[in-house]
Amino acid sequence: MSLAMRTSKTVNAPPALRLEKAADCRFRLCGSLNVYSVAGIWEPLFEASRQCAAQPFFVDCEALDYCDTAGIALFVELLRTRREAAHIENLAPAYQSLLNQFDPKEFGPRPNSAQTKLNLIEVLGRFGSRFAAGAREQIGFIGEAGVALGHTFGRPQALRWRDALAIAEEVGVNALPIVALIACLMGVIMAFQSAVAMRQFGAEIFVANLVGLSLLRELGPLMTAILLAGRSAAAFAAEIGTMKVNDEISALSTMGLDPVRFLVVPRMLAGLLMTPLLTIFADLIGLLGGGLVMLLFNIPLVTYFNQLLTAVQPGDFFGGLVKSFVFGLLIAGVGCLRGLQTGQGAAAVGISATRAVVSALVLIVVADGIFAVLYYHLNV
Amino acid sequence: MRKTFDSAQPVVQVDALRSGMGATIIHDGVSFEVKRGEIFVILGGSGSGKSVLMRHLIGLHEPLSGRIFIHGRELSTASAAERAEILRSIGVMFQLGALFGSMTLLENVSLPLEVHTGMRPQAIELVARMKLALVGLSGFEDYKPAQISGGMVKRAAIARALALDPAVVLLDEPSAGLDPITSAGIDRLILRLRDTLGITFIVITHELESIYAIADRAIMLDKESKGIVAEGKPQELRDHTDNPKVRQFFNRQADEEGISAT
Repeated sequence: MSLAMRTSKTVNAPPALRLEKAADCRFRLCGSLNVYSVAGIWEPLFEASRQCAAQPFFVDCEALDYCDTAGIALFVELLRTRREAAHIENLAPAYQSLLNQFDPKEFGPRPNSAQTKLNLIEVLGRFGSRFAAGAREQIGFIGEAGVALGHTFGRPQALRWRDALAIAEEVGVNALPIVALIACLMGVIMAFQSAVAMRQFGAEIFVANLVGLSLLRELGPLMTAILLAGRSAAAFAAEIGTMKVNDEISALSTMGLDPVRFLVVPRMLAGLLMTPLLTIFADLIGLLGGGLVMLLFNIPLVTYFNQLLTAVQPGDFFGGLVKSFVFGLLIAGVGCLRGLQTGQGAAAVGISATRAVVSALVLIVVADGIFAVLYYHLNV
Repeated sequence: MRKTFDSAQPVVQVDALRSGMGATIIHDGVSFEVKRGEIFVILGGSGSGKSVLMRHLIGLHEPLSGRIFIHGRELSTASAAERAEILRSIGVMFQLGALFGSMTLLENVSLPLEVHTGMRPQAIELVARMKLALVGLSGFEDYKPAQISGGMVKRAAIARALALDPAVVLLDEPSAGLDPITSAGIDRLILRLRDTLGITFIVITHELESIYAIADRAIMLDKESKGIVAEGKPQELRDHTDNPKVRQFFNRQADEEGISAT
């Protein structure tokens, strides 16, 4: 192989291109006019052309030995701005025929496609109508998903359990490390911060009450839900969104498979079952983290555990668990909904994933607020 | 620029390429040369590794063994800067277009010009609009890829491949799925660009009409032998081949019934 490395670095190096002034309003182009070299003479040429506004303008291309479409663009622009006053002479026939393909008149400034400014009422109107359309879609989706879920509970054999289990593994089992990490840190931080203050009153043992109640009632379910919103709602939206972009959703429909029943129900079931399990796991790990901190304050694990049992009622635990069922349903549902609402193109998938996480977080917080009020009135 | 190359030197030279994915060998001992200003067509049934070969030519896959030279320089041993420079002289149209979905057609075509040339924005816009006009997409500058038809996406992708007036243009099935009129228009565009600008084209295609219309030379890849089974002018291949696979291809005959179609 003798030809290796024969040519040096000249593939795209700007070769010599010169714009020479032959006479007033008469210029010569010498060398190779290409997409890289054209930038250097574009402005000088048009500057010269402007100075010759009253006279005809000549460009002699006799010494031009190469001209690509970027060079042709230069001539098109010259012919467009100067019309008959511009004369491009001695252009090689091949390049001339390329130039003849373009009608300079067609390359004038484009009509500005920017939208006209809307006034306040129009903005409000658009926002309102979009909001209403979104709400309508959501209500429709809730109904559809509800019917499909009910149908599945009526006929469990109709569900593709293999899909549901694979999704449950991804949502649940694979989330264990991150849930454990966050829950443990929460238990440790809460216990430590409160223990430092409570030690001043000799009340370190009541850290167990604080950690136990806040973890089981609020933080366990909430933190797990927030983690799943970031992990699984985004994943659902991205996956279903990509399927939408690739027309796979349409393919499902034409095969007589309802996308909601086929895609959404397994995910909602996985969310529904896995979120409470992860919450229990988070609760336990969080309590353990608190217990470890207590050891530092010379309170043995047994004492901590007994104090927990007196402080925490089963109602606290089950109250948290009920919440996590609802969170799981909301996270999976909104993830799927945003996926199904995906528009076109790769950017739309990203937008859907973002919207899924944001919507899931909002729904979690709103639902948690409702539960707080509900539990207060029910004395749970 | 292109003038600096020895015109006798092949633009692309593939020497005993052996490639594979995992344990499967796709090509074994594939060698060919593409001369400057040639329209070179790669043929082959589905699964014969045409697109993989194209990806090797632009350095997306590393060969298991064998060498690939572009303008006499080997891609896999070139430094990063050299590699970028070589790749800038190659325009590629991928099979599905691979247009950027978040950008309009004009922005898609303008992007390489903005990055690699020092032209002013108005000049870039003009060049990009001319490229779109070349492929018959005037008036669609502000459309996004998702808003236009599949055939238009292909043509826009060709316009983007031509953006930097590259010395070599690789087209992966430019006319598949297009109507005969548009497809003939693309053939004419390829011939015209070759004749006026001396661009070398490497085209993967199945369209027999298109092969006869544009190809100076063709190679046919085969799945079983993992190599080239025929090389030459398409008319000659059609009329003078002994290979039953090649005859079948050019005469549009299906495999014998009862024999598996692998």
